[in-house]
Amino acid sequence: MFDLDRWREIFQSINKNRLRSVMSGFTVAFAILLFTLLFGVANGLGNFFKGAFADDAQNSMFVRVWKTSKPYKGLQTGRRVQLRNDDYNFVADEYEDKIQYQSARIYKNFSIKYKSEANTYNIRAVNPDHQFLEKTIIDDGRYLNERDLKEKSKVLVIGRLIKKDLFGEKVALGKRVNVNGSSFLVIGVFSDEGGDNEERIAYMPVTTAQSMYGNNDYISQINLGYNPNLSTDAAIAFGKKMERELRKRMDIHPDDQSALSVRNMAEANKFISTVMLALTLIIGFIGSGTLIAGIIGISNIMIFVIKERTKEFGIRKALGAKPSSIVGMVVQESVLITTLAGYAGLTLGTYILSLIGNSLEEDYFIKDPSVGSGIVIGATVILIISGLIAGYLPAKKAANIKPIEALRAD
Amino acid sequence: MIKIENLHKSYPIGKESLHVLKGIDLHIKEGEFVSIMGSSGSGKSTLLNIVGLLDVHDEGNYFLNGQLIKDMNEKKAALLRNKFLGFIFQSFNLISYKTAVENVALPLYYKGISRKERLEIALDYLDKVGLKDWAEHLPNELSGGQKQRVAIARALVTKPKVVLADEPTGALDSTTTDSVMDLLKDINDEGMTVFVITHEEEVAEQTKRIVRLKDGRIISDELTKASKAV
Ligand SMILES: Nc1ncnc2c1ncn2[C@@H]1O[C@H](COP(=O)(O)OP(=O)(O)OP(=O)(O)O)[C@@H](O)[C@H]1O
Ligand SMILES: [Mg+2]
Repeated sequence: MFDLDRWREIFQSINKNRLRSVMSGFTVAFAILLFTLLFGVANGLGNFFKGAFADDAQNSMFVRVWKTSKPYKGLQTGRRVQLRNDDYNFVADEYEDKIQYQSARIYKNFSIKYKSEANTYNIRAVNPDHQFLEKTIIDDGRYLNERDLKEKSKVLVIGRLIKKDLFGEKVALGKRVNVNGSSFLVIGVFSDEGGDNEERIAYMPVTTAQSMYGNNDYISQINLGYNPNLSTDAAIAFGKKMERELRKRMDIHPDDQSALSVRNMAEANKFISTVMLALTLIIGFIGSGTLIAGIIGISNIMIFVIKERTKEFGIRKALGAKPSSIVGMVVQESVLITTLAGYAGLTLGTYILSLIGNSLEEDYFIKDPSVGSGIVIGATVILIISGLIAGYLPAKKAANIKPIEALRAD
Repeated sequence: MIKIENLHKSYPIGKESLHVLKGIDLHIKEGEFVSIMGSSGSGKSTLLNIVGLLDVHDEGNYFLNGQLIKDMNEKKAALLRNKFLGFIFQSFNLISYKTAVENVALPLYYKGISRKERLEIALDYLDKVGLKDWAEHLPNELSGGQKQRVAIARALVTKPKVVLADEPTGALDSTTTDSVMDLLKDINDEGMTVFVITHEEEVAEQTKRIVRLKDGRIISDELTKASKAV
C-alpha cells in the first residue's frame, strides 16, 4: 500500500508544521529514551549482582577453619583447627549424593623459577574437580588428573600471567620449572575470569604437596560444588547440616563460627534472586509508567493537532477528500512520527548506556547497563500502536463532522 | 442541474430550533448564472451549503444533476463534490502551508491524477486567473484579490458542472471585485453553472438571474438586463 502522493502530503504536512511535529516527536522520543535508560540501569544493577559471583561456580561451598573461640568439652579456646584427609573423605562419603564436585585446597607461597626469571607466587594444591569449582579455563595443555594425584607427580598448571612473567611469548608447556627447589613439569596454562590475581596462581596435586612439604595429611580448606539438582533451600540446609556434623566430629562448639564455617553460595543465590525479583518488579512498574506517560502524551498532542487542523480537513472535504483519506493521512503521519522519534530515543538511550559502560560499577553497582532488543522493540511497537490509536480516534471524529462545521472552525 | 422542491432546514439552538429555510422551490438549469440576494440571516449561505453538499436539509427534495440527494454518507458526498462541484468562499479557505499551485492542484489529488499532470493543469488554471508568476507563493504572501483568484482556479480545476460562490467578492475592493466577476462570467460563458451569493447590487446585476430571499423564503426570482443583452 505504498502511495507516494500520500507520503508527499504527509512529509509536507510534517515539514510545514515543524513545531507540532517536533512536539509530538519529542514526547515519544523522551518516553523511549527514559524507558531505555531506566531499563538499562536496572539491567546494569542486575548484571552487577550476577557478575559479583560469576568468578566461581554458582553452586560452590567452602569449608574453612581457623581457631576456636569457644571452650568445648574441656578444650581451650584459641586451639588451631586442622582439616585432614579423613575429614575430606568423610564429607565425600557422607554426602555423596549431594555433591557434584569436591576438592581439597592447600595454600602455599613459593618462588617459581624458569631460567633467569623467578618470582614468588601463590600455589594451590588441589584435586582435579577444582577446575570446575573455580571455573578454570585451560588455554593450553591440560588440568591435573587422578593419575597425577595417585602418583604424586611433580606437575604444575600455571596461570596465564605466570606464564607471561616467566616465559614471555615462548612456549611454557613441557618445560621444567623450579618450585621452591624442586623441579616441576608445566602441563597446562590457564586463564580465569576472576581477574589478574586468579591468573597469577599455580595448581599442583594435593598429594604432591602433602608428601613434599611436611609429609602429613593436612589440608587448608575443602571446596565443594553442591548437586545442581538441589533446590536453593535444600542446598542451604545441606550446608548447615554439614557444618554441624563437621563441628561435632572435630570437637568444636556447635556455634563456634570462627573455628569452622561453611560458606555456601546457595545463600548468596537466594539473596540475589530476591533482589532480582524486586528489581524486576521495580523495572516493570517504572517502565510501564514511562510508557503510559508517553502514550498519554501522544494522545493529547494528537487531539490538539487534529483540533488545529479541523478547518483544513473541512477544506479538503469540500474539495472531495473522503473521510478515509483524512483518517489515513493523520494516522500515517502519527505513526511515522512515533516510529522515527521512538527510534531516535532508542538510539540515543543505547548510546548513552554504551557511554556509561562499566564506569559506574565501582560506585553505583551498575555493570554493563544495556537493554535487550526484544524489550525495546516491544516498547516501540506499543508506542506505534498507541500513535495509531491516538491518531485514529480523534481523526475519525474530525473526518466525520459535516464539512460546513469543520470549515467554520478556527 | 439543480432542482429544489419545498426545502426546509432548521438549526437546533439549545432546546429550541431555528427554522431557517421555510420551503424553498428553485430550479437552476445547466449553464445558468444565478445570484442570491437577501438580508443578513435570511438563509442564503444555508441554501448554498445544502446545494454544495456541505450540509444536509431536513425536508423536501434536492436533485443534483438528476440524482436525488438523500441519506448521503460522507464518502458519497465527497465523490459528488469532487466530480460536480467547485467552491469559492468569502474567506478563500486556502491551505496555508501549501503554495498557490499546490492549493489549486489539491482537488486533482483527490481525483487520483498523477502529481506531474496535476501540477501542469493547476499551472494552466493559475495562468487563466493571471497568477502564473505567483504559483510558488504561499497564501499569506498574496493579496485578498489574488487569494480569491487562486481559490477560483482551485474551484475550476476539476471542470465542475456547478460553481458555488458564497460572497466571493465580500472581502475585495471594487477593482478586484470586477476582475473576479469577469472571471465568473468567463466561466459561465464556457457553459458552467454559476451560483453566487452577494450583498452587492452591482455584482448581482452582472449575473443573469437574481433570486431574493427573505426570512427563509424566496420573494422574487427574475432575469437581469445582462441576460436580456445576450
Ligand atoms: N450552524 C448553525 N447553527 C445555528 N444556527 C445557524 C447555523 N448556521 C446558520 N445559523 C443561523 O441561520 C440563519 C441563516 O444563516 P445564514 O448563514 O444562512 O444567513 P445568510 O443569509 O448567509 O447571512 P449573511 O448574509 O450574514 O451571510 C442565521 O440566523 C444564523 O444565525
Ligand atoms: Mg452567509
